[in-house]
Amino acid sequence: MTPLAPPMALIAELTHRCPLQCSYCSNPLHLDAARNELQTRDWKNVLTEAARLGVLQIHFSGGEPMARPDLVELVAHASASGLYINLITSGVLLTDAMMSPLLSAGIDHIQVSFQDTQETSADRFGGYHCGHAKKLEAARRIRESGLPLTANFVIHKQNAARIREMLALGEELGAQRIEIAHTQYYGWALLNRKALLPSRAQLALVTEAVIDAQARLSGRITIDYVVPDYYAERPKACMGGWGNRFIVIAPSGKALPCHAAESIPGMVFPSVRDTTLGEIWTASDAFRKYRGTGWMPVTCRNCDRREIDWGGCRCQALALAGDAGATDPACSLSPHHHVMHEAIAAATDAALDLIPRRPGLLPAQGA
Amino acid sequence: MTGTARTPSFRPGVKFRFDSVRDAWVLLAPEKLFLLDEIGVEILKLVDGTRSIDGIIDDLAARFTAPRAEIARDVVGALEDLSARGAVEL
Repeated sequence: MTPLAPPMALIAELTHRCPLQCSYCSNPLHLDAARNELQTRDWKNVLTEAARLGVLQIHFSGGEPMARPDLVELVAHASASGLYINLITSGVLLTDAMMSPLLSAGIDHIQVSFQDTQETSADRFGGYHCGHAKKLEAARRIRESGLPLTANFVIHKQNAARIREMLALGEELGAQRIEIAHTQYYGWALLNRKALLPSRAQLALVTEAVIDAQARLSGRITIDYVVPDYYAERPKACMGGWGNRFIVIAPSGKALPCHAAESIPGMVFPSVRDTTLGEIWTASDAFRKYRGTGWMPVTCRNCDRREIDWGGCRCQALALAGDAGATDPACSLSPHHHVMHEAIAAATDAALDLIPRRPGLLPAQGA
Repeated sequence: MTGTARTPSFRPGVKFRFDSVRDAWVLLAPEKLFLLDEIGVEILKLVDGTRSIDGIIDDLAARFTAPRAEIARDVVGALEDLSARGAVEL
């Protein structure tokens, strides 16, 4: 057996607090409360340890990571530890007063999310008045500072028609990278799936626009495309394999192999409050459970793509097939693959009402 | 400018650094990282924003025994790939 390689990247979900209320958010329905968040010193320990363990990149995410008053301090600490620092933000809190301390602290790159290209619908999807205008300002500040900017657009059936305008906006903002990411159906997005999942024709429209832009802008703007796997033949390589490349740290300090892993019943996730990152990576039951290929059902184990897509996503297998150890139903070889077709059928002509991501707006327990 | 007279440079936010944990050079870019093979490392060590692709090929051809045409193919291929993936500007 080859020795376990160190993790490549750490996703630090600093907080679940967020001024926006996007219905396509992949955060869990049970959001961590502010009072349960890790303290500044805990995060600093995590960052120091991560760098020593071999983590190369840190992604400060959330929720809205800029809602943490200690963000600049954490960026400075990550920078001193030698980590490459990405900030994944809505941009609405990225004022002039924040930009220069972030730069001095050593930030490397900022990703700003956009909900749409039209102000009214963007602000409606984000549930935040004047959000779109603030995001445009944030993008301008980032560009003027000389930092690389990623413009992120999350795609769903209610904004897919404007894909070409989105690509044009990214270009106009001077983004070095544009991320066109179809909604991933976890957490709040799964709850809202009927009102979000695009049709096959919409998917084709988006894909065609992305391929056109990739060819036209090659060498100038990198365009990364994340597809919805409901129309796929083979599943996505979720997180590049369970416990293979990434560690996600939830606001409360739980270490997760995938953002949605807490949805898997019966699993105990170690906390950075109780144990070291090294122990978590190498020895915890949670990270070993679905690592590699040994856990796989026979469909996956006999598949020549087993070390390409790693059996897909465990959380999606749980959510859609009722078993986290099953082949991801996104795979056409899965006996549960029909649930993808059923979800698509259920989304066709469905009502467009969205449940906003908001603490306390949870449907009945266990739903 | 086209061809091998172009001068490659790292794009903003791209860092080429030695990782002591892996005992290897890595190329870090916005939300991306590249692990490199030996020839990739030698090429990127010569990317400084002033040397042209021709200059890089000359340097490597003087130090390695492979035919110049073969080195040129590797260098152009690697740099164009990294340009398409957003790490290098040509």
